[in-house]
Amino acid sequence: MEKQNPNKPEAVCPSKLDLVQIKDQLARAKSGPQYWRSLDELAQTDGFEEMLHREFPRQASVWAEGTSRRDFLKLMSASMALAGLTSCVKLPLEPIVPYVRQPDEMVLGKPLYYASAMPFGAYATPVLVESHEGRPTKIEGNPEHPAGLGASDVFAQASILDMYDPDRSQTITYLGEMSTWSGYTGALKGALNSQKAVQGGGLRILSRTVGSPTMGSLMDAAQSAFPQSKWIQYEPVNRDNVRAGAQLAFGQFVETRYNLEKADIILSLDGDFLSSGFPGFLYYARTFASRRNPDLKDKMSRFYSVESTPTNTGGKADHRLPVKASEVEQVARAVAAGLGVGGGGSVKAEQQKFVAALVKDLQAHKGAAVVIPGDNQPPAVHALAHAMNQALGAVGSTVVYTEPVEVKPQIQTTALKELVDEMNAGKVDLLIILGGNPVYDAPVDFGFADAMGKVPLRVQYAMYKDETFDHVHWHINATHYLEEWGDCRTFDGTCTITQPLIAPLYNAKSSYEFVFALVGSSETAGYDIVRKYWQGKLPGGDFDAAWRKAVHDGFVSNTAFPVKSVTAKGGSIPATASADTGGNEVEVIFRRDPMVYDGSRANNAWLQETPKPITNLCWDNAVLMSPNSAAKRGLKTGDILEVDINGRKQRGGLWPQPAHPDDSITVFLGYGRTRGGRVADGVGFDAYKMRASEALWITSAKIKKVGDDYGFAHPQGFQYIDYSDLPKGTEPLKNRHIIRKATLQDFIKNPNFAHEQEEAVPPEMTLYTNFAYTELKWGMSIDMNSCIGCKTCIVACQAENNIPVVGKEQTMRGRQMQWLRVDVYYEGGTENPAMYYQPIPCQQCENAPCEVVCPVGATVHSTEGLNDMVYNRCVGTRYCSNNCPYKVRRFNFLLWQDWETPQYKMMRNPEVSIRSRGVMEKCTYCVQRIAHGRMAAEKESRPLRDGEVVTACQQACPAGAIVFGDLNDKESRISKLKAHQRNYQLLEDLNTRPRTTYMAVVLNPNPELEQSESS
Amino acid sequence: MSHAALVPAIYGLLAEFDTPTELVEASKAAHAAGYRKIDAYSPFPIEEASEAIGYRKTTVPLIVLVGGILGGLSGFGLQYWINVIAYPLNIGGKPYNSWPAFIVPTFEMTILFAGLAGVLGMFALNGLPMPYHPLFNVDRFSAATRDKFFLAVEAADPKFDMQDTHRFLESLNPLTISEVPH
Amino acid sequence: MAEGPDNRTALLEEPPVLAPGQTFDSVTDQIADAVLTRPIGLGWLAGLAVGMGFLALLGMAISYLLIRGVGIWGINIPIGWGFAIINFVWWIGIGHAGTLISAILLLLKQSWRNSINRFAEAMTLFAVACAGMFPLLHMGRPWLGYWMFPYPNSMGVWPQFRSPLVWDVFAVSTYATISAVFWFVGLVPDFATMREKAKHPYTKQIYGILALGWRGSARHWKRYEALYILLAGLATPLVLSVHTVVSFDFAVALMPGWHTTIFPPYFVAGAIYSGFAMVLVLAIPIRHYYGLENMITMRHLQNAAKVMLATGLIVAYGYFFETFIAFYSGSTYERFMMQNRWFGQYAVFYWLLILLNILIPQVLWVPKLRSNTKVLFLISTVILAGMWLERFVIIVTSLSRDFLPSSWGHYTPTRWDYATYAGTLGFFAVAIFIFIRIMPAISIFEMRMLLPEAEVKSK
Repeated sequence: MEKQNPNKPEAVCPSKLDLVQIKDQLARAKSGPQYWRSLDELAQTDGFEEMLHREFPRQASVWAEGTSRRDFLKLMSASMALAGLTSCVKLPLEPIVPYVRQPDEMVLGKPLYYASAMPFGAYATPVLVESHEGRPTKIEGNPEHPAGLGASDVFAQASILDMYDPDRSQTITYLGEMSTWSGYTGALKGALNSQKAVQGGGLRILSRTVGSPTMGSLMDAAQSAFPQSKWIQYEPVNRDNVRAGAQLAFGQFVETRYNLEKADIILSLDGDFLSSGFPGFLYYARTFASRRNPDLKDKMSRFYSVESTPTNTGGKADHRLPVKASEVEQVARAVAAGLGVGGGGSVKAEQQKFVAALVKDLQAHKGAAVVIPGDNQPPAVHALAHAMNQALGAVGSTVVYTEPVEVKPQIQTTALKELVDEMNAGKVDLLIILGGNPVYDAPVDFGFADAMGKVPLRVQYAMYKDETFDHVHWHINATHYLEEWGDCRTFDGTCTITQPLIAPLYNAKSSYEFVFALVGSSETAGYDIVRKYWQGKLPGGDFDAAWRKAVHDGFVSNTAFPVKSVTAKGGSIPATASADTGGNEVEVIFRRDPMVYDGSRANNAWLQETPKPITNLCWDNAVLMSPNSAAKRGLKTGDILEVDINGRKQRGGLWPQPAHPDDSITVFLGYGRTRGGRVADGVGFDAYKMRASEALWITSAKIKKVGDDYGFAHPQGFQYIDYSDLPKGTEPLKNRHIIRKATLQDFIKNPNFAHEQEEAVPPEMTLYTNFAYTELKWGMSIDMNSCIGCKTCIVACQAENNIPVVGKEQTMRGRQMQWLRVDVYYEGGTENPAMYYQPIPCQQCENAPCEVVCPVGATVHSTEGLNDMVYNRCVGTRYCSNNCPYKVRRFNFLLWQDWETPQYKMMRNPEVSIRSRGVMEKCTYCVQRIAHGRMAAEKESRPLRDGEVVTACQQACPAGAIVFGDLNDKESRISKLKAHQRNYQLLEDLNTRPRTTYMAVVLNPNPELEQSESS
Repeated sequence: MSHAALVPAIYGLLAEFDTPTELVEASKAAHAAGYRKIDAYSPFPIEEASEAIGYRKTTVPLIVLVGGILGGLSGFGLQYWINVIAYPLNIGGKPYNSWPAFIVPTFEMTILFAGLAGVLGMFALNGLPMPYHPLFNVDRFSAATRDKFFLAVEAADPKFDMQDTHRFLESLNPLTISEVPH
Repeated sequence: MAEGPDNRTALLEEPPVLAPGQTFDSVTDQIADAVLTRPIGLGWLAGLAVGMGFLALLGMAISYLLIRGVGIWGINIPIGWGFAIINFVWWIGIGHAGTLISAILLLLKQSWRNSINRFAEAMTLFAVACAGMFPLLHMGRPWLGYWMFPYPNSMGVWPQFRSPLVWDVFAVSTYATISAVFWFVGLVPDFATMREKAKHPYTKQIYGILALGWRGSARHWKRYEALYILLAGLATPLVLSVHTVVSFDFAVALMPGWHTTIFPPYFVAGAIYSGFAMVLVLAIPIRHYYGLENMITMRHLQNAAKVMLATGLIVAYGYFFETFIAFYSGSTYERFMMQNRWFGQYAVFYWLLILLNILIPQVLWVPKLRSNTKVLFLISTVILAGMWLERFVIIVTSLSRDFLPSSWGHYTPTRWDYATYAGTLGFFAVAIFIFIRIMPAISIFEMRMLLPEAEVKSK
């Protein structure tokens, strides 16, 4: 991978501009001698003189050769982390509050749990952090939290790796060279003083969307200190459409919240509300699943999805209508018209039937129906959705409006545009970039990097020395949220005080401390800043008690926003001007990547390696296109396409994606990083380079084939249950009854449908007596009706079990290591197939085929019926894997565990042994957690309680699809589920007797549409 | 072969013949004449020869049999002991004593022990390896592994007498007769 | 072996086992001198050099394997076994012909075997040595290979005797041991001959030690013969068991394409098939370059060809029945497996296998071609290739398409796979080259027994 030299000319040229700036600062200095007697003078002039004398940047020679940066990083990470190691046993000075489930004082070998929250954009994801001897090792959901309901998402699960990432920026730098905080504050004071004079007219703060009340207050303080200054928020994956939509409908910014537990009918207009990163995802996933239980009979909800790019949300729909992203609005208008709001839209004939049936269904469920628009749909669609929800009487029941969660809603793209104009006009003297990476992800037409060149002093506060780093003078390394005090709000407004689990690994300043340095002392601790803000704002008289409670619980009770009553303005909603295709042949849909999001998570190897929902691709972003369109153009998987959006070109591999609308391609953002770190760099292509402000989400392009054989890492071998590229007459795969499904009506008529296809072997049908599992008998049930295919379980498993990452090349070779996989199957042609998600952990067979063939007894059965893997005994014949019908075993073909990097040593779960080269491994049902539960129960000499042992995947699952427990306990949830008629075993006829079983899929299609579709 | 208390001056007399038939005839004659400590030497096995010198039964088959039985028993015994007594494990729900699975190693052990016992037994009975033997002192004897056939009468034989035996051997008209020194 | 009964009668029209005009002396000298007096030829040196080259390659491949791990091969999940196991089965199979010739044909009183059993047995040993490498090398942690053997240890753990791999360990190690002693026992009388013939004192000494002081006593010969027959009797079920056990590696597993009861017989047949092919590949050049046409006559080559024809048909029957059962079983997995062999990603290998293993060898029906050494040599190599493909199809094709479509995969061998395979060929070649230079490549004393003079005429 071609590494960039951080001090390459562009990086230095700003320093030339600096000359000017520093010169006139010196000139100004003459007026204030007493000031120039301060230390800052030294700091300033040192840097100044250095620049005069230095012809080449000092480290240019060191970093001359490409790979040496890698070495430098290695060296740096190692040395820095040694410091980290010492700090790892050092708890923050301030009293942080352990979670009540654990004793207050630390007992070695006993993990402590702390409640906190992960800020994600403006929204918080409530978490519980597991800490071993002061080292945070695992993120869990916070069960007490009203908005989190105990679940977590992929980003929360993976965030632990971000903290220990050796590629993190570990120092403050000035012009790419190590500097100090005092050095920075000195320089800053100088700049701020000159800003004081002009009321901060030249001060601009560019941050990501802020939801933290404290941060908000700090920004206000900055505003009042520098009245002319401006605070701009920008995120490449922003919600401008939502905001604009709200304004269009209500003339003001509002937060829209859905109560899916009340919804009989759900209509999604390209809404991806079941994917990690969607505000309120955890809550929606759980409530959605709660109404998808077929045992509710007619109370089971029905889900219509009008979708462009296929998502795991759309995959759950009873009826899915694939349309081009630009046509969603038309469908929306048609539906709205049906509901009597706004004039109709033009929909294709084949869509008429869908719309008609949908409208009828919606009207039949007034007050219990909800319309959910997608963030990438234009404001009009959102306005329409608001109008429809109102017409359906949904407002107040399935939909509620509140104050916005973000502190200061803006139309971010516009705000950024203004900033860029000001920068180009030279109006900006001091630009502070608080998080974010605009050089990489700002709309390409803004030319942000060039505009930056015109700003005399540029400061970056960031966790990585990223693309933007090349263009700033000062780089202040940021803390991870696990290293800082702070606060944030969940989608419902509930406040969470985030507490640090560990002192900053690299002595970084928290964002609060960083901003506070603008308006106050540069040495105030984040703890005091946050505490000060909350003084008097917490319920109850005694602040300390309230504070303690808030920090302990992980949220400030009843701070959720009250419902706000707004009414949609009548009148027609102006149609979105259809983007001029200018002779371009295909529509282009920009999407945030399901795993690396907007690119900010790109250096997280866990996220990179987790197969993305639906496509199951990893380590890459592809150009998605419907198989039909691909065939029409004579394109095949792996062809390298050049996407040309008005002359802005990028090259990516083609991935024909079933269920994708025709004549439309989807490109995912967040890849093609050049300074993202060792993991992120050189992976995929950079879609931002094609993304202009006028069409952030939907545009059009020319495509042409420029190559082929692009290698994709696609861990799932084959995805079609019925349709296949297998030759005619080949044995149909559906005879394997891997997915068992029925419609709600059929299920009610015949609840036993799941067991009629395959003959099961009765347990007593054996020559020998079966082993009796008298004490405990573990089992797992996975409800495929609830599973939303979000892949959170995979990352949770990876974090819990110290599973190594193998990289793209090895994944392509079929050597991925994740113990848990989520299979995605398509059924019914490629245009609009049904999709099924099937998480596959070890099936823990009672008659385990793997055990019988192991020559050294490295995999044997425990008395609790677990299929134990004895790593120390394994010699690595791989026979067990060959003989595993479910192929859940993973083999260390090479040495993939990182034994060197100290950060990773700190991160790993001390209760799970690290597997080295040549050893087989697999899902253990989180045996370490089982052991914990058993010990706890034995200590109190009582039987294990149901739900006391929770596996990592189960804990993380947003939909609550995974249930684990003791089958001998007849009252346990698991026992009841196993007794349920929907419960079935995979490959039953092999008589492996798996302990992991599945709950068959029951869909709730609209009878009217069903016939037409089946026909 | 005898290791009698008193060892005569020479090992014995060695008569050389040209064809297997002559050897067999000579051997028969010698045996009929009452010689017992005699042996026939040939470059390849001649069934009749051993009969002629009155050697019929060999114990090698018995050794092989015993070896085989021991091998089989120890083979199965080991597996049974390991899986049922020493370290019983639940392997894929199979019974501890999965005897069908134990058949193969049992069988292999049987063959292995039988074979090795046989080979070692055969060499032991033949008193091999024996780097030195008086017969090697006779130059002609090197042909015994090529194309000539020899009859040896040992001095240790009670009926052995230098002159008589020599005369007796001549009567069988061999190619040569040589004394075999120790 | 089916040749047994008829070829006594056939003796008349068939070419003789031993060309006329031979004497005890001539056979002895001809065979022994090839080792003792014949000067080292350039051809031999060249051959050895090439072999050494590949042997070096093997050394390199193994070193790198030990340094990096089995990940340097093309294997993955689901295809956990690749070249290593294919080669293991292939080599073991080749070994079988040796034992068959020396043991089974001995029991069947096939005297023609006497002139080819010696190097056939040598071939067996070297083939087993090649085969033996792979089970060890294919392990993730080869340095723990000894855990496969039952030995008392502080961990108190033992091998898992339900695993066919442990059966393999027992079968193969027993097979190697028995073959070795059988071979050695056969050599002892010839070593004695060499001892007497050798001129150079050192050579004399070495052969002398190996001969254990053999002097051809009638009593010794009696016991010797008894044992030799018994060993043959033991080796016969053993050789049949070995490939049966190897086939269990697959038959005991539940993979479609593995889990089938036809495997043991058709693996054994296949083994003999490839074994005899290798015998011919070796015998034809050796008899040519060492002028042994009078001892390894067309009779031998033709009999070998007939054995190949017979076993080849058994293999064909195996393929047929595999297919029949796949559809007759009513198992959707089995049916799919077979269709996948026909049309799937590795279909070309399946059809190539049918061509090489079944169709081409049918030309052996024609006596004229059967007695043409060039044709025989060619067909033998074709069969060797075909039998290798058979194992590829069984292992890779089956694993690449198993029960859950989600875990389907594909297998692409790496250069290290090829290097290791070629390396063992080098090892085999080197061993054979050295063998024919230091040991009588044909059993001298058994050749003597073929001579008419050897008969004891009773008056």
